[in-house]
Amino acid sequence: MQTIQIDLLTALPELIVLFMAMLILLTGLFTKNNIAIYVLAQLTLLAAAFFTVGTHTPAVGYAFTGMFVDDTLSDVLKLMIYLGTAMMFVYTRHYMQLRGMFRGEYYALVLFAVLGMMIMVSGQSMLTIYMGLELLSLCLYSLVALDRDNAKSSEAAMKYFVLGALASGMMLYGMSMIYGMTGSLNISEISSALQGALSDLQGPKNPMLILGLVFIVAGLAFKFGAVPFQMWVPDVYQGAPTAITMLIGSVPKFAAFAITIRLLAQGLQPLTGEWQNMLLIMAVLSIAIGNVTAIAQSNLKRMLAYSTISHIGFLLFGLMSGNLNGYASSMFYMTAYVLMTLAGFGMILLLSRKRFEADTLDDLKGLNQRSKLAAFMMLITMFSMAGVPPTIGFWAKFTVLQAAWQAGFGWAVVFAVLMAAVGAFYYLRIVKLMYFDAPKQTGAFNTPFDAPMDMQIVLSINALALLAFGLLPQTLMSICGAAIVRSLQ
Amino acid sequence: MQHNHILSYSIWLPILAGFAMLMMGSDCKANFTRWLALAFSLLAFAITLPLYTQFDFAKGAFQFEEMLPWIPSFNVNYHLGIDGISAPLILLTSFTTVIVVIAAWEVITKNIAQYMAAFLIMSGLMIGVFSALDGLLYYVFWEAMLIPMFLVIGIWGGENRVYATIKFFLYTLLGSLLMLVAFIYLYHQTGSFEISDYYQLPLSLKAQVLIFMAFFMAFAVKIPMWPVHTWLPDAHVEAPTGGSVVLAAIMLKLGGYSFLRFAMPIAPDAAHYLSSFMITLSLIAIVYIAFVALVQKDMKKLIAYSSISHMGFVTLGFFIFSQLGLEGAMVQMISHGFISAAMFLCVGVLYDRMHSRQIADYGGVVNTMPVFAAFAVLFAMANSGLPGTSGFVGEFMVILAAVKHNFWVGFLAATTLIFGAAYSLWMVKRVFYGDIANMHVADLKDINKREFLMLAILTIMVIGLGVYPKLITDFTHTSAIQWLSHMAVSKIPAAGL
Repeated sequence: MQTIQIDLLTALPELIVLFMAMLILLTGLFTKNNIAIYVLAQLTLLAAAFFTVGTHTPAVGYAFTGMFVDDTLSDVLKLMIYLGTAMMFVYTRHYMQLRGMFRGEYYALVLFAVLGMMIMVSGQSMLTIYMGLELLSLCLYSLVALDRDNAKSSEAAMKYFVLGALASGMMLYGMSMIYGMTGSLNISEISSALQGALSDLQGPKNPMLILGLVFIVAGLAFKFGAVPFQMWVPDVYQGAPTAITMLIGSVPKFAAFAITIRLLAQGLQPLTGEWQNMLLIMAVLSIAIGNVTAIAQSNLKRMLAYSTISHIGFLLFGLMSGNLNGYASSMFYMTAYVLMTLAGFGMILLLSRKRFEADTLDDLKGLNQRSKLAAFMMLITMFSMAGVPPTIGFWAKFTVLQAAWQAGFGWAVVFAVLMAAVGAFYYLRIVKLMYFDAPKQTGAFNTPFDAPMDMQIVLSINALALLAFGLLPQTLMSICGAAIVRSLQ
Repeated sequence: MQHNHILSYSIWLPILAGFAMLMMGSDCKANFTRWLALAFSLLAFAITLPLYTQFDFAKGAFQFEEMLPWIPSFNVNYHLGIDGISAPLILLTSFTTVIVVIAAWEVITKNIAQYMAAFLIMSGLMIGVFSALDGLLYYVFWEAMLIPMFLVIGIWGGENRVYATIKFFLYTLLGSLLMLVAFIYLYHQTGSFEISDYYQLPLSLKAQVLIFMAFFMAFAVKIPMWPVHTWLPDAHVEAPTGGSVVLAAIMLKLGGYSFLRFAMPIAPDAAHYLSSFMITLSLIAIVYIAFVALVQKDMKKLIAYSSISHMGFVTLGFFIFSQLGLEGAMVQMISHGFISAAMFLCVGVLYDRMHSRQIADYGGVVNTMPVFAAFAVLFAMANSGLPGTSGFVGEFMVILAAVKHNFWVGFLAATTLIFGAAYSLWMVKRVFYGDIANMHVADLKDINKREFLMLAILTIMVIGLGVYPKLITDFTHTSAIQWLSHMAVSKIPAAGL
């Protein structure tokens, strides 16, 4: 009895989100007051954040017979997920209202997705991780198709679903092989089993083990959208409603990062030498293909999709270092990336109107003449994505590159740096459109923004945060460092 | 150790002023915006003056030091300090900003606040580059400075501005990123980003050459040295006058300064090892680029090429490794800052009236603009190294040092006195003398008080430094001695260690 209470208490934030998501789903059926639902959803995140902070201890705690873990890493990542989701709710409210998607199920689905992410973040068993992953994925598939009369969205959802299901299948297959070799689903047991039995299994050369590892890495790469598993990213980014693209591109990456840490850095830690090389190849290819292909795009969302692929490449640079310094760098990169993505897509949402998506590059033309503030915010975001100081994007790139250098991937670092210069070109092109070109003379363009004030304020804070963290990155670096060190040491 | 924050004020005051301009200024209140910018720039200049009055000329070590931990995770410090090499360049920077604000007065009519803000922010960032003693802090300033310049060329530039500004940005970025890799390497060797730690770090020759080349990529692009100079003529031609002035007067010096601060002292053996290579590149810049300048039809392009040629003297002076050569190069950097700024302002004055930079569109300007012609001829003379102007001093010192080093190097360098005179004076002849070429020239009005003021200030500086170059050598003397003694000690670890 005592254990169950402790278990439930450990998972209190999850329980709150679960309960509230169901409540919102029900409320949506009976009320037309969608603003109330919106407020309820925000309050849910707030309450979850409150309890996550409240139950936080520096020690690592386990629950549900070791399937669920509550450590600093999970708490920090959960808080980042709440914050990111709350910001996304603010940015998307107006957009969804204008398109008739401002409904209870939108919030319920997002909250279920958040629940999935939370479970992933706290997953200490492959089963828990897989459960969280599926909950997240299913919610995302249906969110992409939320605008159900839109053929493009439906197509994107279909693609996402088919490829996503394939990836989940691969991952499950890999997990079952690892289970077969180690006899356990628990992350720490897998690790010690591998550690102890490496000699019996002929070391890391055991083909079954490697095959399992390959499948798991492939599944993770798909969720991240790393080359060569990136095919879905551009189509889904472009096809999904911008609000949903923003969701897909931002917070779920935290969860993907968490399960990568749990599976590779904790569970399959004895095989580090093996997965390092796989990540290296994916990282280099992602940076190259992402950056080069992005140059050719004329659709802003598609361009940001390729830019995401290259960012994931940089993120993998930190992960593949295989040490705490590298993981902390990766986590810092992830945080920076999510902040930049939210700002970038937030700007697209800010510029869009009723029946008009501001998602082509031309829509940004002459933004400086229409709104100096908006142009300046986008400027910061773009330079941050390009990794130019004094923005957070620079520190993100710096930390992962120095980690990779330390781990002995010198030439990969030089390559990545050259590719970053290539990548700078398409970010510069956006700045060029905003500042050097004259605005398009179509009607929608000369009206002032009709986005609500709260969105404009939050978006401004978001963009300025990119600059503020660029000037004083230490706090965020310490948080990421502490989360990794406390949880993995 | 002095405990004041003059350097921090010099950096952050113009930057904050720039952001204040963005918020307060607008095109509706054009005059207010201009006066505000002038006030800010004068204040920013005034605040750097103690760097001259309180400077200890006898001290070789860093002065005005400030040190705060910035990012303890990576041992990055907010560490500022100057020596005799950087101090005059800081003063040049804050001075030039005032000139740029005056030069933009009636010329810039759209987005005035943004224009002025860009230059104020840039000025702060450049002072940051000159005073940073921490590798990563330096790098942040160095890269951040690209953003306002990118916007200045792109927004207020000429026809082909987008091409020019993107080329400028990408060229510089590519070079700088390799420098970042060098910093990461050095960080993992020493565990810090302190420049002084890097100075003490023993490195094998191979490592030194690689580091030197990584820095070289960043700095050679900035200076610019042949063959990575091609962005400069494009950027200069398309940039607005103020942009050209800052580019020529200060940004190019950043490359030269950085050679002295980073590439050479961190890798002294590589610098000696590669010195003949560097001297060759410098001579190519001096001689070949002078010929290129000779055939230019566009005035700004001509001055741009002449800048590359003059910066060849700077790198030549560095790699001779003698007191005279080094101090000559320093004087040349400062002097070129004034002369090239003046030359670009002269072209700007003509361009504002005629909207053409083609030499062929002019002729006989002296008839309609006598006062202006007097200034322009003076600056052209200074550009070609006339004794009595600052242009002469630096070139002469470097040539003397070069002759001592090797007669033929000195000889080739000295040819610039002929070629420099050729392209500068031939341009003057075609633009200012002869009969009035066309109606437009006949309608020209002579310079107004504002233009007179800025050209007169620069005249005083050019002649003043020409007659009394001790103003600069006072600064550089002790630091140069110390620098050379550092460069003379090999950093290659002894065998067996």
